[in-house]
Parts: sequence; structure tokens; C-alpha cells
Amino acid sequence: MTASAILIQFLNGLSGASSLFLVAAGLSIVFGVTRIVNFAHGSFFMLGLYVAYSLIDRFGHGAAGFWGGVALAAVAVALLGALVEVLLLRRIYAAPELLQLLATFALVLVIQDFTLWAWGPEDLLGPRAPGLSGAVNIAGHQFPQYDLFLIVLGPTVLLALNFLLKRTRWGTLVRAATEDREMAGALGVNQKWLFTTVFALGALLAGAGGAFQIPREPASLYLDLSVIADAFVVVVVGGLGSIPGAFLAALLIAEIKAFCIGIGDVTIADSVISLPKFTLVVEFVVMAVVLVLRPWGLLGRRLTPPRRVGAVERPLALPSRRAVYALAACGAALALLPTLATGYSLILLTDIFVFALFAVSLHFIMGPGGMPSFGHAAYFGLGAYGAGLLLHRGGLPMELALLLGPLVAGVGALAFGWFCVRLSGVYFAMLTLAFAQITWSIAFQWDSMTGGSNGVIGVWPAPWLASRTSYYFLALVTSAGGITLLWRMFYSPFGYALRAGRDSPLRADAIGIDVRRQQWAAFVIAGLFAGVAGALYVFSKGSISPDSLAVPRSIDGLVMVLLGGVQTLTGPVWGAALFTWLQDAAARNVEYWRAVIGLVIIALVLAFPQGLAGFLRDRFAGERHAP
Amino acid sequence: MLEIERLSAAYGLAQVLFDLTLDVRAGEIAVLLGRNGAGKSTCLKTIIGLLRPMSGAIRFAGRRIDGLEPFQIARLGLGYVPEDRRIFSDLTVMQNLEVGRQAAHGRPSEWTPRRLFELFPNLGRMQHRRGARMSGGEQQMLTIARTLMGNPKAILLDEPSEGLAPLVAEQLAKTVLELKREGLSVLLCEQSLYFAQSVADRAFVIEGGHVRYAGTMQALAADVEVRDKYLSV
Repeated sequence: MTASAILIQFLNGLSGASSLFLVAAGLSIVFGVTRIVNFAHGSFFMLGLYVAYSLIDRFGHGAAGFWGGVALAAVAVALLGALVEVLLLRRIYAAPELLQLLATFALVLVIQDFTLWAWGPEDLLGPRAPGLSGAVNIAGHQFPQYDLFLIVLGPTVLLALNFLLKRTRWGTLVRAATEDREMAGALGVNQKWLFTTVFALGALLAGAGGAFQIPREPASLYLDLSVIADAFVVVVVGGLGSIPGAFLAALLIAEIKAFCIGIGDVTIADSVISLPKFTLVVEFVVMAVVLVLRPWGLLGRRLTPPRRVGAVERPLALPSRRAVYALAACGAALALLPTLATGYSLILLTDIFVFALFAVSLHFIMGPGGMPSFGHAAYFGLGAYGAGLLLHRGGLPMELALLLGPLVAGVGALAFGWFCVRLSGVYFAMLTLAFAQITWSIAFQWDSMTGGSNGVIGVWPAPWLASRTSYYFLALVTSAGGITLLWRMFYSPFGYALRAGRDSPLRADAIGIDVRRQQWAAFVIAGLFAGVAGALYVFSKGSISPDSLAVPRSIDGLVMVLLGGVQTLTGPVWGAALFTWLQDAAARNVEYWRAVIGLVIIALVLAFPQGLAGFLRDRFAGERHAP
Repeated sequence: MLEIERLSAAYGLAQVLFDLTLDVRAGEIAVLLGRNGAGKSTCLKTIIGLLRPMSGAIRFAGRRIDGLEPFQIARLGLGYVPEDRRIFSDLTVMQNLEVGRQAAHGRPSEWTPRRLFELFPNLGRMQHRRGARMSGGEQQMLTIARTLMGNPKAILLDEPSEGLAPLVAEQLAKTVLELKREGLSVLLCEQSLYFAQSVADRAFVIEGGHVRYAGTMQALAADVEVRDKYLSV
């Protein structure tokens, strides 16, 4: 590369960093104060882009129409953010933080279908910015004027935010509440009002980030999840709650991406490495490296958990004899079912068995382990690909592939887990997400091995298992066996040690428990069983594609566990059943099924903040809650 | 000024306060004495609304305040100085005071940073220092000053002398008496009988979440039996 080409790529990186920074800064401020990881933040970005498109369309493409449209779009999204905070989040600040996550994820679904309904499925490309539509000559290259504007925008917003947070009363209160919201309240600070304004500001930044992208990228329905993933990465790399950190991280990632595209393919030792393709994962690689070297991000500090008075988790008790009998009866009823039902219900139930095992394996690290994985689908997918490829490329018989496939997931969990258990909380979650994304991109891009985006097809079970009924039994037995084993481990000394490490790592350490090692072991076990679920899945569908280890699948798992209730034993099974059934029923009968699922989740979260099984347990155990 | 009637409170399933009844009269300093774990801090947290009471009533300036949010209670003119200080370590002294500032709702705004720096000269010399870089005694002064910024009619002081050097504690006792002269009512929590004796008018002794003794500070100082039973270590 010549010096001038390097300069241009550098400028490209700078302009790319701006909107990334805007979104990430909003996410970071919201998290800092409310401690809510807002999954819907990317949806706000997407809405900003769509709304700006429509407004500019109405106002005309002149200067006033364009800039007015952009500004108004950001304000509209800010108002929506305030509304969301008042109507939804305000009611669940006291709920477990993962449940809040679930609620914001439900918003993603609702907003996505709303956008589909309002603007349709086609990508919409907005006009160029009047007055900035040309290009300037920089070192012999044509460089878009609008990108120069974006280069200035990022630092300007950084300075404005810095002023707002450091020099105004509002900023002082925000920083006080970020550090100790309870104390701020006891000094007379109205948190409700503060949280609403903070959330609105966060949404404003996301909406503006989207609206400013109008001349650069088309409004598309895929933006919400891809933007939220990018924003998460930036925030985590920069350090949660640190605005300058977010700026630095946005710059770092945008520059690396720009240079990957600029350099193109390189040849090392006769093999061609396509750097542009690498942009799909580069930020996740950066995040993994940063988190391993600097666990709290570039400019972040160790998180202090928000103070809460009175919220004590009840320990998970052994299920009563009655409950065990009831579960056994459920199993027996399911075993007898094929004599009554046939056809589609068996397929649906097979799916439910697979996902119940997947959910319980995730629950194993989330509940007793206290490690909320955002990338558990990686091990589901590794198990599925492992089984599929062993059958196809390895030429193994199906039975053996089914047995050995999960080992691939176990090996993956062994490698990734070693890094992940070094972190905790949100950082842990983000690192698992990073590894899942890396796994996904390998599956997506390694055409010669995995079939790329088409995946592996024609992965069918052996003839004696090929009928619906026999595969139903195979799934039932495997899943029930796996779940029983995992549940047994909840109450083994290993399970108790795990819970001790979750509740107080220091004290557990002090009585001789190697917490990290326990967590690592749990991670591998969970990965292994997720792999079993994946292997079961691939033979029931006959094919596997990268979708099955993508982010949405990981989120499905989280939703199942959280719907059922993290601090319960059987909850994730009911959550998996309900969610799988709901998804199936909604997808087949309703056009906007995502919105339906989203609304159902929101209703459930508002009605049962402890999860379904938690609610039932409280209801029927007749125990009185402390007020 | 502050009346607490048959107050019970719990953390989760563990009840900590049992039918507590006590009161603070206008312009006086009352002290809540008891050993570690007797329920002193819990009592103050419940009054300020950080912990919801299970039962009982709390009245402040003639108004029921149990069930209100902490910020509402604070705005009525009840200040809270927590035991572990809880300075905003990211913020400077001035910014910490700013957080405590409230528009004086119908009350004359009495406390300004300038007046507070007269009361706490040390703080005046470090207005732009961050909370994280202050000594324990300085932090204790700042928490009190921060609460005063809200122009309270009464304040809850949770073990202010804990961990302070004797000289600093003595200074603090003078400050507390100064506040009384300003017309503030104070409910103080203490383990140290010595510190309590130097400031308090009346005393309540609690143990295991029950009030075991109520009377004047003088009477308590003379009552060797109660002191031995509930206070000596």
C-alpha cells in the first residue's frame, strides 16, 4: 500500500468510527446509570435510519428537509426511548437483571416487525446530504465530503457528552447515580426522572447514529442485531460506562476494519487469506484479545454491583418427592404419547426435547454457575456440525456420529471456556458472544469444509431411527437422560461448590474451592450437553446451516431459561416447551409472529418477574414473600 | 419531629427489627445505642425508605412517611448520613455537595457551600479534590455536609465516629452539637457510649431488634445494669 492509500483508509476508518461511537456511547450511558443492557439499542438505531428516510422523503431533499429530517428522526427515537422506559423498564428495575435483558430483547422483536409492517422488507436507500454530496481530492484520491463531516461529528459528540456529564447538574446527578443510585436517592435525587432522561439521551444517540447514516447505508431490517452486536463490542472493549473508552474502541475497530478492506487478499505461505471477509469477525477477535488482556476494557474500571437491600435469592432446594413423581409421570406420559398422536405433534415435541436439553445445559452454567452465556448456541452448533460432518466427510455411521459429535462441542467449550471463566457478569457474557460469533463466521466462511452459508444437507438418521416415532423416542430418551444427569449434578458436591463460587467467589476460594476450575468444568459440561442437543437436532432436520449457531439461537436459549426462571430447577424445561411451541404456532399462523412473541414475553415479564416456574413455585408452595 | 411506632423490618426472610417504638423531639439529639448487629443501621435505613417496613408506622413532621420512596422522604427534610459514608468517589467535593443540593421546598435555603466550609474548614481547602482521594475523617465531614445541602429539618447519623481518630471524633461531636444549635433534630446511631454521652439528650438501647431501654442520656449513664447487659463488649 502506498502512503496515500494508507491515509485514505485511515480516514475511512475515522468516518466509520463516528456512528459506531454514537450508538455505543448511548448504550454505555444507559448501562452505567440503569445497569440495563439494552438489547433494543440497535433497534433504535434502525428506527432512526428508517424514520429519517421517511421524513426526508416528506420534507424534500433540500438542505432544510435533509438536516431537519435527520434531527427530527433522532428526537422521535428519543421520545420513543422515554416512552419505553416509563411504560416498561420502570416496572422491572427491581427484577433480576437478566430478566430486564429479556424484556429489551422482546422489544427488538416488536420493533423489528413494526418496521417490517411500516416500511416493508425492501432495503431503502436515502438521498445524499445536500451540500456534502461531492468529493474532495485528498492525496490524489476522491474522498466523500460527507465522510469528512462524519469524521468531525464523532469528536464533537464526544466533547458535548463530556460537557454534559462533567459540567452540568444533570451530569453530576447521573454520575452520582451511576456510582451509587441508592445513596443518590436518599439525598433526594428522583431516580425515575433521571433514568427516563438518561434513557431518552441514549435513544437519541442511537437514533442520531442511524439517521446520520442515511447517505451511507440503506435502511435494512437486519441492522438492529448487527448494530447491537457492534455496539456491545465497542462498549465492552472501551470499558462499560466509559464514554472516552467507547470513542477509543470505536476508532480502533473501525480502523482495523477499514484496513482489512483496504488491504484485500494477502497470500501467506501459498494460502490466500481474504482480509475483507475477516471484517465479519474482526471486532469479536479484538474484543476477545482485549478482554483477556484487560478484563475491564481499555478505559473501564471493575464494576461494583449495584447496591440492593433485601433482595436475597432463595437457595435452590431439592425437589420434593411429589415433584419427582410428577416429573416421572410427565416422562411416562410422553413415552406413551406416540400411541395416541402422530404426525406433526411428534415433530414439534421432538424439537421441544432438543431445546429443553439445550436450555437445561445453558441453565447449568447460568443458574448454579452464575455465568450468563450469550453464546451458548456455539456449542449447539458445534455438536450439530460435528455430527453432520463426521457422517458426511468422516464417513462414520450415524449412531457413532451422534455420539462423537458432541465431543466437538466439548472440545470447543474446553478451549473457549478457559478464557471465558476468567471474566464475570456482562464481560463474561460478551466474551461468550464473541466466541460464538467467531465460530459462526468459521462455519459461514469455510466453504470447503462446512458448505458455507448453505451448510451441510442430507444428514439423515440411520434407517432404524428414520421414522418419526422412533426418532421421537430417541430424542425423548437422550434428552430426558441428559437433563436428569445435569439436574443430578446440581445437587452433587460439584454443584454445591459451583453455587458457592457464584455466591461468594472469595469465600469459596478461602475454603479451598478452585472456583475458576469448577466454572471451567461446568462450562465444558454445559457445552457438551448443548452439543448433544445439537447432534440430535441435525439428524431430526436432516441439515445444518450457520443459522443454528448464530446469535439469535443463543438468545433463544436465554429466553427459554429466563422465561422459566433462572432460580428454579425445572423452569428452563417449561420455558423451552413454551417458547418452542409459541414460535412454531406463531410462525405458522401469524404474519407478524415476532411481534406476537415479543409482546407475549413482555406480558410474561411484567406479570411474572421471577419466571414461570418461580411464579408457580411461589404460588403453590404457599410461602409468603417478605414484602 | 420523628415518631416510630411498632416498626418491624426484615432482609428477605430474616426479620431484623421487632416492634420498635422510639421518637425524636424537635431540636434534640437522640441516640440509638446497641452492639454490632443489634439493628441500628437497619432502623435508619427503614426510616429513610431504603428498606420497606413489614409493619408499623413512621411519622415525620406530622406526616406518615413509611412507604414513600427515599427521595420523597429526603425532600420532606429528613437527611441521611450512612454508616459507610458512601461518598461519590468519582465526584469532587463541590460536586458531591451539588448532588445533595435540593431546591428548598418552602423552606429557607440555609446551607450553602460557603457556610458549610465555615463549619468544616478542611473541606473548604479541598473543594476540587475527588472523593476517592480523601481520608476517612474528611469523607465523614463531606457526607454530613452533603446531607446538609438538602436543608434538612432532621438528620439520621449512622455511627459517625466509627473508625475515626479520637481527636477527629471529638471535633465531630462539636459539629453535631453545632447542628443542634442550628435547630436540627438528630437521630444518632452509636456503639460508643462515650461519643453518645458527649452529645445526646435521650437514649434508646436496642438489642436483637428490640428496644430494651428508653430514657435520658444521663439516666442511662448512671444505670450500670443496663450498660453492662446491653452495651459492654
